[in-house]
Amino acid sequence: MATVSLQNLRKTYGKTEVLHGLSLDVADGEFVVLVGPSGCGKSTTLRMIAGLEDVSGGEVRIGGQVVNHLEPKDRNIAMVFQNYAIYPHMTVRKNIGFGLRRAKMPAADKARRIEEVAAILSMTDYLDRKPAQLSGGQRQRVAIGRAMVRDPAVFLFDEPLSNLDAQLRSQMRLEIKKLHQRMHTTIVFVTHDQVEAMTMADRIVIMKDGHIQQVGTPAEVFHQPANIFVAQFIGAPSMNLLAGQAVAGSITVAGRSLARDAGQTGPITVGIRPDDLRVTDGPSSFEGRVVLLEPLGAETLAYVDIGGQEVVARADGRNPPALGAVVQLHVAPENLHLFDGDGKAVE
Amino acid sequence: MTDIRASADSLMKGQSSARAAKGPRDPYAVLRWTLLAMGAIVMVMPIVYMLSASIKYPFEMYDLNIIPKEPTFENYTYVLSDGRFLRWFGNSFLIATLTTISAVFFDALVGYALCKFTFRGRTFMFIAILSTLMIPTEMLVIPWYLMSKSFGWLDSYWGIMFPGIMTAFGTFLMKQFFETVPDDFLEAARIDGLNEFQIWWSVALPLVAPALSALAIFIFLGNWTAFLWPLIVTNSQDLYTLPVGLTTFSVEQAVEWELIMTGAALATIPTLIVFLLFQRYIIRGVAMAGLKG
Repeated sequence: MATVSLQNLRKTYGKTEVLHGLSLDVADGEFVVLVGPSGCGKSTTLRMIAGLEDVSGGEVRIGGQVVNHLEPKDRNIAMVFQNYAIYPHMTVRKNIGFGLRRAKMPAADKARRIEEVAAILSMTDYLDRKPAQLSGGQRQRVAIGRAMVRDPAVFLFDEPLSNLDAQLRSQMRLEIKKLHQRMHTTIVFVTHDQVEAMTMADRIVIMKDGHIQQVGTPAEVFHQPANIFVAQFIGAPSMNLLAGQAVAGSITVAGRSLARDAGQTGPITVGIRPDDLRVTDGPSSFEGRVVLLEPLGAETLAYVDIGGQEVVARADGRNPPALGAVVQLHVAPENLHLFDGDGKAVE
Repeated sequence: MTDIRASADSLMKGQSSARAAKGPRDPYAVLRWTLLAMGAIVMVMPIVYMLSASIKYPFEMYDLNIIPKEPTFENYTYVLSDGRFLRWFGNSFLIATLTTISAVFFDALVGYALCKFTFRGRTFMFIAILSTLMIPTEMLVIPWYLMSKSFGWLDSYWGIMFPGIMTAFGTFLMKQFFETVPDDFLEAARIDGLNEFQIWWSVALPLVAPALSALAIFIFLGNWTAFLWPLIVTNSQDLYTLPVGLTTFSVEQAVEWELIMTGAALATIPTLIVFLLFQRYIIRGVAMAGLKG
């Protein structure tokens, strides 16, 4: 096991800089997820840790050692790729054992190690099959097995669940998490799916345009987003954003005054998570007309127009409001997220 | 129930009558099949005539009848008992095999490098290789000959083989096929500790095995039937390839067509074997080359 440390990491392609000085410390045994939209630089970062991309500036350290100029094979890492990268011409046994080709250990020990890994991944019965004879989830397990067999210091996952269907994805999510709890190996996991990030990570790194936006636990990034981008990227449905005006001791939003001290005056952006905005019969914060309903079973998402701004609120699934009805919405003032003119969270 | 059966019967009758009506009356189908049949005849007739001539006596050679009046296998006995034929057969086999191994190896290596590595001048190099495809063999034999003469390769096995040890067509074909190999496979192998040659050999090559087979067949057949260059570069009969050797059955007074046809018939045997064994690779190779090219 090992720590991973990125110090002022930069990547340029020609004159275009795509990573602008990333710094991040991953603790020994930690499960860190890099998440962000396409093109944010998360896969590039992972590939630089792996040694598959040159470092244009800054340092990559694994286990305290600078590895910028080490070949991928000398970094003691293993990587699981999005399309599994398991060799179709080899059996599962050969695929899993492929990483042991360079290991100086007796053949019997190699065979035992392959069997052990296959047993952990419940793949013992499939060892002599070719990848074409396996399901998507089984192929993913083989890819993970090939990474595990070398007992690397760091596991790198590059969107490994993207090609799986929704059900299998949630199942594999659990399996990877269990695997981490069992092995306590340092993991850096890349995904564009915020649900994956929230459910698996010890810490989440949210990236945009080659910059880190926020690093924190899932609870931190959800409840205390550092800026509007994080606030909107994390959580589904996305946070509602409303233009407001802060005055001493209160904020005016959509013609209503909410009792919350912003600590500043002037224009402000108010964020409200749909979970915190409820359709109510009691005291309300806003009034609006329902323009769309999305039944989810236990709850219904109501899209409500309040003074020309559309927000998403949660309503009771058994007794949802009617389309076109005028409804009252309530949010507790302490659940408001406030952002200044630059989009940064107001403390 | 009876109604259902009756309507099903009438439906089936309707379908078969419709099919019967559509078949012979479809003018496009008639035209299509006629053209195909004519094409097939044009392609097959030389082979039929070759086989026919190989079992004829000389006096019957200029009768264009397909079935000889007095069929004979004496020509086969004569050709096979002539030591030269087996020698030329062996020469052709050796040259075609070695050239195929060499060309497949180097074409795949260069194709892989052009496809998977980024280096200065890569595009220029690829275009340069590709542009040689536009130069006909007839134009190349003069520089080849001068080169062979300078290096002392005339009248040698190496002299026959060297122009084919690497091919522009094969390099192009393999580059196109390597485009289909995802980089993730190669990067996974890189992380697992393989060097670049090992990655090419044990990961990339098996993934393009159908293309390799198709290329090997094309090159083998091309070399097996090569005539012009072996004719130019060789002087000794011992070094002749089969197509060149067969021409020696012509003497000053006459051309012994029955012997040439017999030799040609025997020469097609390896071609037929290669085709029958690997036809699915040939067809797949042609199809894939078409798609990717």
